[in-house]
Amino acid sequence: MVDYQKFEYDVLVIGAGGAGLRAAIEASAGGASVGMICKCLLGKAHTVMAEGGIAAALGNVDDRDNWKVHFSDTMRGGQYVNNWRMAEIHAKEAPERVRELEAWGAVFDRTKDGRILQRNFGGHKYPRLVHVGDRTGLEMLRTLQDYGIHQGIEVHMECTVIRLLKDSDGSRVCGVVVYDREKGRFQVFQSKAVILATGGIGQAYEITSNSWDCTGDGHSLAYEAGAELIDMEFIQFHPTGMVWPPSVKGILVTEGVRGEGGILLNSEGRRFMFDEIPDNYKHQTADNPEEGWRYTQGDKEARRPPELLTRDHTARCIVREIKEGRGSPHGGVYLDIAWIKEKIANSEEHIKRKLPSMYHQFKQLAGIDITKEPMEVGPTTHYIMGGIHVDADSQMSNVPGLFACGECAAGINGANRLGGNSLSDLLVLGKRAGEYAAKFAGENSLDGLDEAQIEAAAEMALEPFGRNDDPQKGAENPYSIQSDLQKLMQHNVGIVRKEGEMQHALEELERLGERAGRVHVAGNREFNPGWHTALDLTHLLTISEAIARSALDRKESRGAHFREDFPEKNTDFGQCNHITVKGPDGKMRVHSKPIQEMPEELKAVIKEMG
Amino acid sequence: MSDKASFKILRGTKQEVKFEQYETPVSEGMVVLDAVHQIQAEQAPDLACRWNCKAGKCGSCSAEINGIPRLMCMTRLADLPLHKPVSVEPIKAFPLIKDLATDVSWNFHVKKKIKPFKPRPPDTADGTWRIWQEDIDRVQEFRKCIECFLCQDVCHVLREHQKHDEFIGPRFLVHVAGLEMHPLDTEDRLEELKKAYGIGFCNITKCCTTVCPEEIAITDNAIIPLKERVVDQFYDPLAMLLRKLKK
Ligand SMILES: Cc1cc2nc3c(=O)[nH]c(=O)nc-3n(C[C@H](O)[C@H](O)[C@H](O)COP(=O)(O)OP(=O)(O)OC[C@H]3O[C@@H](n4cnc5c(N)ncnc54)[C@H](O)[C@@H]3O)c2cc1C
Ligand code: SF4
Ligand code: SF4
Ligand code: FES
Repeated sequence: MVDYQKFEYDVLVIGAGGAGLRAAIEASAGGASVGMICKCLLGKAHTVMAEGGIAAALGNVDDRDNWKVHFSDTMRGGQYVNNWRMAEIHAKEAPERVRELEAWGAVFDRTKDGRILQRNFGGHKYPRLVHVGDRTGLEMLRTLQDYGIHQGIEVHMECTVIRLLKDSDGSRVCGVVVYDREKGRFQVFQSKAVILATGGIGQAYEITSNSWDCTGDGHSLAYEAGAELIDMEFIQFHPTGMVWPPSVKGILVTEGVRGEGGILLNSEGRRFMFDEIPDNYKHQTADNPEEGWRYTQGDKEARRPPELLTRDHTARCIVREIKEGRGSPHGGVYLDIAWIKEKIANSEEHIKRKLPSMYHQFKQLAGIDITKEPMEVGPTTHYIMGGIHVDADSQMSNVPGLFACGECAAGINGANRLGGNSLSDLLVLGKRAGEYAAKFAGENSLDGLDEAQIEAAAEMALEPFGRNDDPQKGAENPYSIQSDLQKLMQHNVGIVRKEGEMQHALEELERLGERAGRVHVAGNREFNPGWHTALDLTHLLTISEAIARSALDRKESRGAHFREDFPEKNTDFGQCNHITVKGPDGKMRVHSKPIQEMPEELKAVIKEMG
Repeated sequence: MSDKASFKILRGTKQEVKFEQYETPVSEGMVVLDAVHQIQAEQAPDLACRWNCKAGKCGSCSAEINGIPRLMCMTRLADLPLHKPVSVEPIKAFPLIKDLATDVSWNFHVKKKIKPFKPRPPDTADGTWRIWQEDIDRVQEFRKCIECFLCQDVCHVLREHQKHDEFIGPRFLVHVAGLEMHPLDTEDRLEELKKAYGIGFCNITKCCTTVCPEEIAITDNAIIPLKERVVDQFYDPLAMLLRKLKK
């Protein structure tokens, strides 16, 4: 018998990022008792890193903006494989969610007439991103945290969920098994509804902007519990991560730099983004530098500079320049904001005020003054568009009682996410998840726990302590498997993909899985990062396999998914999503599912917006 | 730069701690957190430390490096003397859990006790407010705080005198200042500042300001103005009279 401490709640929220906090607040407002579990400390979740802003069609800076424009921008950016209903809800409800944050104490940058200021971002037709300098995520997370702690939510910090529990007949989710970091003890949480808000998967790649949390736990826990994952092949590589020095490789350089007028240059000093502009964006894109500059300075007649095209396209243009030998000394390209001194008096102060964290980041980590010199940047793994398949209105998965929101859920972004659409998604769909989970909890009772499942989870978690510890006899170190997996995914299922490499990745993943079965963990159960890494491995292996399988099956290039062997879009693939499930034999299955046809009124909106 | 560096890391739990020495290869641009990770991966798999963002944004990786409270992820090895071992210790104002991880839960309890934001009614029918940028510059400075608790660590009132029951510490004085100076806030926290929050314990040594990685002018911009408000309210005869009349 395992020893465990037990807790009971109506609604259990896993994750304390923007999505988890917003969901917890709403569930509590809906009358449910709410427990929140996070593997980090409160206020440290990955959301804290978000920089550029929250996308919401408030129309404060350009009154031509409204939900219809936001909706069609999101669909175009996602190359129309998005869940249109989610995109509609998101565009309609985002403004209200942002205003609510202000009522809870957020202090956003202002327009001259005292309203919330909005900035330009890639793929958004009008200035739409609500922000605070380049630390918007911190503002949003802190606001939700400081409001949330007074809403009767009980927070269990540094607790990691290792398994979702199903009721005795295996249909509903009825709780979770957790280990607490400090003491390494087990806890069981019983609840009527569970909301997963565990964020992304960036730690499956070697070069990533993501924080330590982002190991795809929610994706993998849901998959194991029988939930469907959707479109796992769509992973966003942000075009601008730091490339030098080596130890900071991958750290994000916000798109806000380009929004404020920053330009991309190759080693020949050429503004290469003008060289290739996709047809469906041609009419919206400036054809000369002067017009692009005017756009960044708020000229409503000007079209956006090509640096602000969608991220998938920009990342591939950068890869092309590097591959063709026009890269910077450390394998990137140049991003230059210092040049605006030609246009603005006092440009140094201006840059420091608009982009304070970027200024500090480069000054402190690379010894570069961005007000004077260009930065070196290159693509970095940033965001997963794919994830847990949920209903657009309620955010419930195909497993009753299991909800998901935020980055671990999927649908709204299709094949490529627009910057700023994640923070707004956390708010809009996080709120809905909380609301519907509370409703579900109100209509259902607590289900019995199955001791055998708890026992099995605990046994599995403790196994690595008992294993052979001799490397000569095959004992493995969790850290080296993690690092091998990251390299494998980086090189074989990255920005530019082809069949052979992905096949190779799948074979190697199997081998890594075998090695993971021989992981030995040294030390005891108290605050043991080696143990934690060993437990993370299971999730990383599952999601990596899902990404590779799904990517292998999409024999076309669309949005963030680029196949060298199938470089064009294909209409058939454009009408389907990829669903990944655990088959009855325990093996992973991927099948395609036709996208439901868009209702006439939404089609009309897209047509109207051109 | 030499190709290897030594680190003395304080290891152990409340029961017993001691410095362990490790050598690890150094590469260009490396920060202390990289070295700790390398040591973890290659020599000490159960070495406890916290980190999330590795970009100075989450405030998880606070430690004392060569005796100075800093973020491990923002401290470059190139800026440290490497001819002798670099010492890495946990922050000291809070109970130790293990190695570099301390129990900072006190901070979360303190924050919960502070009176939350209470806005005035919206200015316009659509439920929004009009706020001028110049009125929020100061509050935005306070809201840069990443809750690394380095200021709490260095403040002698907490570190040496252990006044955790009577004094909320610089971090939360910054938090209160952010609320008190918020143009929409209508709550009054002056009574608490004087009593429950213990602002009087601060004798303006400015140590907190020196260590803040967000460069918040904690003492000058947050604490001193709050002290002045408290003085005005409690020792200004006119204000005292008005307060009595209001009751
Ligand atoms: C550098 C950077 C900048 C960005 N800038 C922007 C931007 O400007 N605008 C925008 O819209 N988006 C931006 N994004 C994307 C956006 O920040 C993320 O997509 C979003 O914050 C994800 O939020 P979340 O609530 O889903 O998850 P997260 O914030 O990642 O939170 C996940 C939570 O789940 C917990 N958790 C995970 N696994 C477990 C487990 N097994 N048990 C218990 N708890 C667990 C974690 O501890 C954490 O609390 C940016 C991303 C990065 C990396
Ligand atoms: S200035 Fe005040 S709060 Fe800051 S360290 Fe000194 S005594 Fe503590
Ligand atoms: S005020 Fe500065 S030192 Fe103190 S917790 Fe905040 S960021 Fe850290
Ligand atoms: S890891 Fe986030 S501040 Fe250092």
